Amino acid sequence: MSEALHAFTTQVPEWRPRVKPIELAEATPEQLEALQVTPSNTKVSDYVLVLANDVETLKVRSPLFNAIMYGRGGLSRAERELGAVGASIVNRCIYCAAVHASRYNQLTKDETVIAKIFADGEEAELDERQAAILNFATRLSRAPSEARPEDMRRLRDAGLSEEEVLDLILSASLFGWANRLMHTLGDPIAKDGFDSGNGR
Amino acid sequence: MSGIAGNDVVTRQAGVLPGEAAHDALAARAEIVAMTQATHDAALKPRHPGGLSHAERAALASRIARLNADPALAEHYDALMREASASAEVERIADPAFKGSGRIAALIAYTDLASTRPKDAGPGDIDALKQAGIGDADIVRLAELNAFLAYQIRLIAGLKLMREQG
Repeated sequence: MSEALHAFTTQVPEWRPRVKPIELAEATPEQLEALQVTPSNTKVSDYVLVLANDVETLKVRSPLFNAIMYGRGGLSRAERELGAVGASIVNRCIYCAAVHASRYNQLTKDETVIAKIFADGEEAELDERQAAILNFATRLSRAPSEARPEDMRRLRDAGLSEEEVLDLILSASLFGWANRLMHTLGDPIAKDGFDSGNGR
Repeated sequence: MSGIAGNDVVTRQAGVLPGEAAHDALAARAEIVAMTQATHDAALKPRHPGGLSHAERAALASRIARLNADPALAEHYDALMREASASAEVERIADPAFKGSGRIAALIAYTDLASTRPKDAGPGDIDALKQAGIGDADIVRLAELNAFLAYQIRLIAGLKLMREQG
């Protein structure tokens, strides 16, 4: 069986669950309803089928996730993805980092920012606005949080509005949630033909 | 003008008041505030709690808040614990120094890992829950409880910073 990945990559791996996904054929009406409101409703992933074990939480979590990451106005979608990436590198969720780093790259059509973050982590040399966002997201993601008033001031000095600051807090915090599910309930596995030894 | 009632756990814990910039920002995301409260209720007081009782959920949440240096949030969960008529044994879970034995020890070990060192999680941590007799669905319930708390704690911490630096 394929080995779990341990290095950050922008090639989205597969996710192998450590607990049993529900059987779609045996799903309750409540589970079927919850499964429909997930972002990928054409093909239900093992991840979502695992989460359907706790259907009451899944049912409310999926719309919350979509509102935080895709809601109109406020922080740009790419910068919300940067908040997600910041949390995912602190929590070493290889799968989440890959999904959201690649979305950031698609949205910005610029691969250099993520390449620097994967190479140098929180020390990556970015422009001031990107650096302030990454700094805040990573410090908020520690346990306990290490975000301080100076980290908040840096966001505002970089030009973030109150609405944008709130959206960043929400996206980084949301990935405190997502990382703990993805990283503890399963393993990221290289897809066929994918170089797992050099994920950076 | 306000789109939020302000009686949800996050707004109350962060102390956000009408007229503040953070309040206006939350009002613009009123739907998210309401859904955040709905996820709190689903993780703490589900209609079908499975093998993880309301009292145990509240006790674990209180422990997680303490491990994340948020004593005020821990008090909120202590109140939920009393509301759920937690036994003296379950109440001990809220104390981070208590490690327990058997099934309780397994719930605590996963919780302490997920809430403070999630990056160190490996396949062995889920195996340990299974070996303690905790079924797959309850493992997911436990993971969701921990994961929700990680979100809520950081959202509150971020809002407090918005107010301090307002």
